[in-house]
Amino acid sequence: MTDTTDAYAPSRQTTEGRVYNLTGGDWDEMLAQVAGADPLTEERLVLNMGPQHPSTHGVLRLVLELEGETVTDARVVVGYLHTGIEKNTEYRTWTQAVTFLTRADYLSPFFNETVYSMGVERLLGIEAPPRAQLIRVLMMEINRLSSHWVWLATGGMELGALTAMTNGFRARERCLDIFEMITGLRMNHAYVRPGGIAQDLPDGYDDAIRSWIKEMRTELTGVDKLLTGQTVWINRLKNVGWIGVEGCIALGITGPLLRAAGLPWDLRKTEPYLGYETFDFEVPTDDGGDCWSRFVVRVAEMWESLKIVEQVLDRLEPGPTMVDDPKIAWPAKLSLGPDGLGNSLAHVQKIMNSSMESLIHHFKLVTEGFRVPPGQVYQAVESPRGELGAHIVSDGGTRPYRVHFREPSFINLQGTATMSIGGMVADVIASVASIDPVMGGCDR
Amino acid sequence: MSSPTERPVSADSAPEQSAAEIQKSTVSEGPNDSPYGVERHGMFGVAGSGDTSGYGGLVREPWVPPAATPPYGSYFDELMANLGTAYSSLAQGVTKVVVDRGELTLHIAREHLIAIATILRNDPSLRFELCSSVSGVDYLGSTNRLHSVYQLVSMTYRRRLRLEVAVSVEDPHVPSVTALYPGADWQERETYDLFGIIYDGHPALTRIQMPDDWDGHPQRKDYPLGGIPVQYKGATIPPPDERRAYK
Repeated sequence: MTDTTDAYAPSRQTTEGRVYNLTGGDWDEMLAQVAGADPLTEERLVLNMGPQHPSTHGVLRLVLELEGETVTDARVVVGYLHTGIEKNTEYRTWTQAVTFLTRADYLSPFFNETVYSMGVERLLGIEAPPRAQLIRVLMMEINRLSSHWVWLATGGMELGALTAMTNGFRARERCLDIFEMITGLRMNHAYVRPGGIAQDLPDGYDDAIRSWIKEMRTELTGVDKLLTGQTVWINRLKNVGWIGVEGCIALGITGPLLRAAGLPWDLRKTEPYLGYETFDFEVPTDDGGDCWSRFVVRVAEMWESLKIVEQVLDRLEPGPTMVDDPKIAWPAKLSLGPDGLGNSLAHVQKIMNSSMESLIHHFKLVTEGFRVPPGQVYQAVESPRGELGAHIVSDGGTRPYRVHFREPSFINLQGTATMSIGGMVADVIASVASIDPVMGGCDR
Repeated sequence: MSSPTERPVSADSAPEQSAAEIQKSTVSEGPNDSPYGVERHGMFGVAGSGDTSGYGGLVREPWVPPAATPPYGSYFDELMANLGTAYSSLAQGVTKVVVDRGELTLHIAREHLIAIATILRNDPSLRFELCSSVSGVDYLGSTNRLHSVYQLVSMTYRRRLRLEVAVSVEDPHVPSVTALYPGADWQERETYDLFGIIYDGHPALTRIQMPDDWDGHPQRKDYPLGGIPVQYKGATIPPPDERRAYK
């Protein structure tokens, strides 16, 4: 029984003390209390949405102030998935840090790994071999598709397009199959490492990826047939969640949101890295600045990524996948067995049976790690969500002194209020879905 | 490091030697700058017992990022010249210029931060429209150990620039750039949360990653990893950095 007048958290006195009921009270009672005598003249309502809510993309919490169905204020609360990844890297070797950072934005692990590895390589003054760089591009572009598939799947589900969800996750599953074939893992790969990549591509990768490309083309055509002309989908997205180029730049918003507002800013073109300047692909843009434009831009990006993947496959030539420097390269010669990634049997036999020096070297590099000359770098790549930056500081030791990820999810979410205020409460869902935040990356 | 006198070559010297090739700038001591970091011995932080790890002889020393002198190379000279034309008291505002790994870092006195950032954003010859990232670094051991680091991007000229403002733990105040770059809002909150740098003029400087009632600033170097003793069935498990010598 309620015995207080707090409309948002009714409480009652018990023998254990006062107990608050955070699930809310009776709707009619609450409206009567909030509005006073006349619920028709005063309809201001503060609505808490999340952090556990199926349409808030994980643990995002929104506090909305509503006037009827219209949003008059929106606050975004983050931090529910803060796991101290940046702090943890300071207590691990430079190579081990990859294992943590890959888990930050768990939908785009290869981007996390690559941006960090490229930063460490710049601190070391080395460059990964050409084959390793191509494989990084390959993995990142496949990852861009898998990430965009999840955006389409979850975004579609939140707007009631359940077939978009099932189709999206089905297509994403095929991307994960490719990841599993190459790295042994579907997520959290720790495949890209300072100096190169963990291991070379397995046999039969070319056929598998080429047939995957065909499948993706079919799936993307399916999306086009299912959603592009569909009235409900168009009406839910068009003129919803608008933010212009000026707003994006002021708020630091990058990636598909900025390109959907009309600015063709893509780091792969504007500040090319890993040889992106040599690939033939377009940067899709649109000028609507609304959720619809973001849908159009992201789907077009997936087509472009497929073009890059094909070009990588055509260019791949045999060669080393790790820098030729035994002071840096991981000694263990990893290989992919039926039970996942592990030390190759030949390497274990060598260090345990025949070469004492190899054993010492292995032990020293694996326990202590390599040293990185002091200094700091900022390395940025174009992740599926925008500019993913790694600010890495070294003090000359075997562990990072500081690693900070400039996470596009974290920064883009600042646009939620701009996109939502003045719109309908149902459009908040569409707006948040169009930002495509990943809370693992946002909170780190 | 650019010369052995600047930083003695340690036992495991290979990466330090390659650093000499990377480092192209001239070395000179910046004003009011004490070395970053604290001297550490060994690998695993073991003290008071014999060294059985074999790593006891390793020494990690404080370091100083070397100040660069003109010409800086790349677009940096033009940028500095344009900034000097637009801002008359640049010599007082910029305490040190560092060019390292192809990146330009300006160490800014905090009184000049807003003025310099305003010019960097608005001046037609500079146009750093995007404040890409704001974060902190704690250089434990130096006098002004808390650094607020800004990564600026000029989309017009496709240039990047890093600003650094150093403050002490006793007086951790830095003016907020949110009025210039609204996107710095959450990032300044995060830096306040994790480092305890107070951004004056920020509209709502509250914690963002840690719970609102959290004590301390976890990314500081003297804040232990984990740090929360866990009690399990009457036995207390110490924080991870005290379980093994993660130092």
